[in-house]
Amino acid sequence: MYYFGDPAVWLPFVFAALMGLSILIYVILDGFDLGVGLLFPFADDEEKDRMIASIGPFWDANETWLVLAVGLLLVAFPSAHGAILTALYLPVAIMLIGLILRGVAFEFRAKAPAPQKELWNNLFFAGSLMTALAQGFMLGMYVMGLDWTWAHAGFGLLTAVFLAVGYSFIGATWVIHKTDEFLQRKAVDWAKGGIWGLVLGIGAISLATPFVSDRIFDKWFSFPAALYLAPLPLMSGGLVVWLWVMLQKMPYAQDRMSWKPFVAATALWVMAFGGMAYSFYPYVVPEKLTIYEAASAPESLFIILIGTCFVLPTIMGYTVLSYYIFKGKARELRYD
Amino acid sequence: MDTLILSRMQFAANISFHILFPTITIALGWALLFFRVRFNMTGQEKWMEAYRFWVKVFALSFAMGVVSGITMSFQFGTNWPGFMETVGNIAGPLLAYEIMTAFFLEAVFLGIMLFGASRVPAWLHTTATFLVAFGTMMSAFWIIVLNSWMHTPQGFEMIDGVAHATDWSEIIFNPSMPYRFGHMVLASFLTCSFLIAGVSAFRWLIGGKTQGVRVALKTAIYAAALLIPVQILVGDMHGLNTKEYQPAKVAAMEGHWETGGNVPLLLFAIPDDEARTNHYEIGIPNLASFILTHEWDGEIKGLNDFVSEEGEILHPRVAPVFWSFRVMVGTGMAMLVISWAASAMMLRRKRGVEGLPKPMLYALVGMSFSGWLATLAGWYTTEIGRQPWLVQGVMTTKQAVADVPAPMVLSTFIAYMVVYLLLLSAYIYVIFYLARKMSRGEDIGTPVAPTPRQQPNAMPAE
Ligand code: HDD
Ligand code: HEM
Ligand code: HEM
Repeated sequence: MYYFGDPAVWLPFVFAALMGLSILIYVILDGFDLGVGLLFPFADDEEKDRMIASIGPFWDANETWLVLAVGLLLVAFPSAHGAILTALYLPVAIMLIGLILRGVAFEFRAKAPAPQKELWNNLFFAGSLMTALAQGFMLGMYVMGLDWTWAHAGFGLLTAVFLAVGYSFIGATWVIHKTDEFLQRKAVDWAKGGIWGLVLGIGAISLATPFVSDRIFDKWFSFPAALYLAPLPLMSGGLVVWLWVMLQKMPYAQDRMSWKPFVAATALWVMAFGGMAYSFYPYVVPEKLTIYEAASAPESLFIILIGTCFVLPTIMGYTVLSYYIFKGKARELRYD
Repeated sequence: MDTLILSRMQFAANISFHILFPTITIALGWALLFFRVRFNMTGQEKWMEAYRFWVKVFALSFAMGVVSGITMSFQFGTNWPGFMETVGNIAGPLLAYEIMTAFFLEAVFLGIMLFGASRVPAWLHTTATFLVAFGTMMSAFWIIVLNSWMHTPQGFEMIDGVAHATDWSEIIFNPSMPYRFGHMVLASFLTCSFLIAGVSAFRWLIGGKTQGVRVALKTAIYAAALLIPVQILVGDMHGLNTKEYQPAKVAAMEGHWETGGNVPLLLFAIPDDEARTNHYEIGIPNLASFILTHEWDGEIKGLNDFVSEEGEILHPRVAPVFWSFRVMVGTGMAMLVISWAASAMMLRRKRGVEGLPKPMLYALVGMSFSGWLATLAGWYTTEIGRQPWLVQGVMTTKQAVADVPAPMVLSTFIAYMVVYLLLLSAYIYVIFYLARKMSRGEDIGTPVAPTPRQQPNAMPAE
């Protein structure tokens, strides 16, 4: 247990990294299927069916990453878990009800009598919207340090809208990849609209973050620390421009490169997330509790880590298998 | 009402809603595997017909289970932060293993199981079905380990008010775990059997007398008839185990106030927590002593032994435990009578499903959700019976509660209740709607998988 130095130092770091990784995977994967739900009002009935078919085999596993992220928070940093979730009590409840509604609406819309399909379609949209807004709000509140003031809540509302638009953007890039013809062209238009949400959202958070604390400000603007960070905004800017140019020309002949917008969007998320993680480290509750103070006992973390080393690669493996099996354009989903 | 009682009500509502769906999916996964394997072996279309109907119910139940489960995992943080702060070193790894070994397995292979039949070879589809069934069983295992540890904790030491694990095999194989896990899995199989039997009887009654309905009905009734005696036996063993580790709970279940021998088995009584006595007792003399000690005059500890010198009450409220226990056992007895009677009718002169008279079919329809009733009643006995403890002897429920304002908890509680009632009615309605649709012959006769085929007007996810 002491092979790599003091476990009370590296274990919390490893778990913070694992947790960050699962949040990141979550916002990308559930981001696209929440986004598909957010785009529902813009699609007609048949398109809705195809959009649902494009996320059908995946959404459940996508949400499991959220469970893992919260699980890791709870397991590795119990006191931070309590502090964060009680501070965000209401948005969490709204998110949960949203997740409930969309998850079940997904099933009911295909099984309930035809006249009720409309209702479940609407609930699918409403649930996706509640979830996205609540998550965006929590993101804003978290960045602001989890204190409830009017200004902070206002910022939270702003990030709520941006995150929802950002999700609909990544959702649209998913639809571009998984569909063709008219719906695909429609999705290109959606993506052109949605990219602004992402840009504004990343912009707003980047503007606000350094002013939350002097510590982060120093990390960003003092030499040489600023050099570490500099590539992130530059690369993100480049990616946005590239995406924009590409979207103007899509779809390409023979559906070439329909996967590129999705990959570019993913890369954007990764960088935005990386920037945030870099800024907030080593705090898990901003400016109040570090990962080292909040960590569970090393022997408990160790026993989880052993399992993780075996299980996580396996999970990744069969997740890839599932995406491989359902690769290609979304077809009708049938239970046989 | 204060935050504590509201949080308890909210937690109870959430977990009650959640458990309804795992109880179905744990066993239904295996039932589907059974149908699928029978089809692989015999090639008879009827097995696939049964599979195709029940896989829809499975998908629906699974979605309900997943979303309500996600709610559960947030509750610890939003409402019970003290729980993880005190016993997080033990609960944490168990929950982590549940997520890693079970949830991902189910979630990923569910996609392949539901929608993959036409894309993957038959063996992989059967394997996916197996892995989903196995995954649900693993979920149940880990969460029951945690829950049982909360009832009979061991393998840890307290350092500065925080529990630290000392022996993981003691924690996992804690004394009540085997009984609770066995009893829960059996409960799940019984719930599922009665659901399949009830819905199939319903389809039979409204004229959908297909081969698929026939095998489903038969399989379900025989499974129930075989399992219910085992369940009663395991339940009895579970009770004996509880008597050893949580005597206060057993005293509450029996409504037994003064320590002594020759305790009667109460069939009816109105326990009065204020006056500390029962009203209107009707019981069978000495039977409780016999069941719990296997001697007619065996001594059983009474509730009055669980009041401290200062008058602090260290036993649960009696009435809810007393009554929910009777509801569970009563339902179990009803299951016994119905499933044996139905089996006897089917076996008589080998008449099979034709041997079931109408009243019996109606009774089966009425029992469709009896498993839910018994399961909930059982969990209420278990969980309320543990109060005032959250982790028996280690921490009380009160110590764990979050200091969130009561009105906030009240508002989320009401919101959850509204959503849950709506979804529960929709769920039951849709199952019977699908049954009626099938009986009208719609959607039956689609070619058997796994040949890919284009159906222009097929509804997705159906
Ligand atoms: C179909 C469901 C079902 C049926 C028919 C029964 N039970 Fe049960 N019972 C459960 C479903 C259940 C349960 C929901 O699964 C519980 C809650 C916790 C647990 O482990 O199992 C439970 C708990 C539970 C407990 C509480 C143990 C504790 O936590 O301390 C006892 C003593 C029994 N059962 C005994 C019985 C007996 C004697 C039965 C005879 C008819 C019976 N059960 C039928
Ligand atoms: C699945 C079926 C379960 C049901 C129906 C159930 C039901 C309940 C009920 C009714 C209470 C409230 C007791 C009271 O108010 O006096 C309670 C308490 C509690 N149970 Fe369970 N429980 C279940 C399983 C579990 C499991 C598996 C866990 C842990 C992993 C758990 C953890 C708790 C906790 C933390 C409390 C304390 C909060 C409270 O007292 O309300 N329960 N449960
Ligand atoms: C406090 C207690 C509990 C928590 C926190 C919890 C959490 C969860 C979560 C997050 C999921 C969704 C998994 C996914 O994303 O796929 C889930 C599903 C599941 N849970 Fe629970 N659960 C609890 C109690 C129980 C109990 C008491 C049982 C059974 C005995 C149970 C059995 C299952 C099963 C079998 C599934 C998967 C199947 C399905 O979703 O229907 N859980 N649970």
